[in-house]
Amino acid sequence: MIRAASSTTNQACIVGVGETAYTRWGRMSQRGEWGLACEAVINAVADVGLAIEQIDGLASFSNDTSVPWLMQQALGLPRLGFTSMVWGGGGSGTCGAIAHAAAAVEAGQAEYVAVFRSLCQGEGHRYGQLGGYNELPHLSFMVPFGMFSPPIMIAPLVQRYIHECGALPEHFGEVALVCRDNAHRNPRAVMGSRPLSMQDYLTSRIIAEPLRLYDCCQENDGACALIITTLERARDLRQKPIRILAAAQGGSAGWGDGALGSHNMPVEEYGLGNGATLATELYKRAGVTPDDVDVVQIYDHFTGCVLMTLENFGFCDRGEAGPFVADGNIRWPDGRLPLNTSGGHLSEAYIHGLNLAVEGVRQLRGESTSQVDDAEVCLVTAGLSASPVSAAVLGV
Amino acid sequence: MAYIPHDIPGPTPTVADRAFWDYCQQRELRFQRCSACHRFRHPPAPACPACRSFESEWIQAPDTGVVFSFTIVHHPAHPSMQTVVPYNVAIVDFPECDHARLVSNVIDVAPEDVRIGMQVALVWETAGNDMLVPRFRKKSQAKSKI
Repeated sequence: MIRAASSTTNQACIVGVGETAYTRWGRMSQRGEWGLACEAVINAVADVGLAIEQIDGLASFSNDTSVPWLMQQALGLPRLGFTSMVWGGGGSGTCGAIAHAAAAVEAGQAEYVAVFRSLCQGEGHRYGQLGGYNELPHLSFMVPFGMFSPPIMIAPLVQRYIHECGALPEHFGEVALVCRDNAHRNPRAVMGSRPLSMQDYLTSRIIAEPLRLYDCCQENDGACALIITTLERARDLRQKPIRILAAAQGGSAGWGDGALGSHNMPVEEYGLGNGATLATELYKRAGVTPDDVDVVQIYDHFTGCVLMTLENFGFCDRGEAGPFVADGNIRWPDGRLPLNTSGGHLSEAYIHGLNLAVEGVRQLRGESTSQVDDAEVCLVTAGLSASPVSAAVLGV
Repeated sequence: MAYIPHDIPGPTPTVADRAFWDYCQQRELRFQRCSACHRFRHPPAPACPACRSFESEWIQAPDTGVVFSFTIVHHPAHPSMQTVVPYNVAIVDFPECDHARLVSNVIDVAPEDVRIGMQVALVWETAGNDMLVPRFRKKSQAKSKI
């Protein structure tokens, strides 16, 4: 639908990115999610050189608390032509929100849409604690059995993945180390000054077997935003437009709320995550293959999910992601497929995937602190463990 | 002592799953099955994903399931679990019921002894709101108790 409506000049693109500082959870509670969301949008508007009054659309996901009427009020937006919220928990809707914004500008419903996400994980709202995910519909089938938090929900998938393909702890550790290494070059990264060795990884405490501490992403405070418009409007703007070659939501049959529910997803996909159907559709719409992708920002709430996603998106065969990463393929700068070049959720910050999209834009502008030479195509993925998941292919 | 504290939050039934929990209170594990095409589905839902029929019946599950996957939880995600860790959360599969699966616990195995493929037998324990919930024992021990 999006692609069919596109012409050269009407195609949606990302022209601005904005971020607040990223901190450990709770450090910016006093500013609140609303305040951080406003700052991120203002920074993104400044990045591209627009006036804030030109923003006429707002899109977010994961039930962001900064609802459009509050944002319009605080930012003084004179016209709100488009608002959208992607249903679903966690960051699985990140690229869905990008898809909504792209569809809106291509269809003429809005001219400049801000996609944003803001998180303040203050006490009582930490995703890693009981109560952090109170909106899930099937908690009755989870909480009475001690399945409280995302690590406990995801660990059985990783266990099954290991059971089926024999991945080693060092394979998961490589993902953690790559993200940390990239974070060391990124001044925004919350874990940027902390070293991490394989020995540190292997001896870190167990959270929920097989997940160790460093398999799990951080809990953070922060916000970020993207400004999306058409290529035609982008001509007059300050920043090089980054084209949205495709952005799509998806989900394989039978997933439902998957691992964020009662774990009744299809037997054969349980240990791989919900991504294969989406990947096929996304590549088709974007007109690219995995071979065309220069750099990836993969949703790394847990290291195991990165291995599954590499398989679902066709970068290696089933069960081969462990050896693939162990061979150095995701390492910057010499690997075939540098991954999460800002440090990702594991080591930059967990802003529910939107900071991964920001880093994708940065790569294609040539502005990353772990810049991939001549990067032209970047895959960004969002979520894995429920439906809908989403992903985007960005291009220069 | 219960494997998981009795005061852990219990189920809060909804329109869709009230029958499931009502049967549990009678110590019966029943899965929802489509009356038209006889396909099992879980969690409970208003329509059959295979044939879209709204008619369903509640079929007694076998008293034995298989551990499909699991985790051993070491980090207490709530202060009340501080003395409970490490505990297992097992995904128990019922192949005869179109692989309907329960998130549950195997209450009588050491953390290092939980295995995918382990046969487990149904037991009932009390959770919050005095609700009975299905948990499991290793098959051999459960048999010796019967």
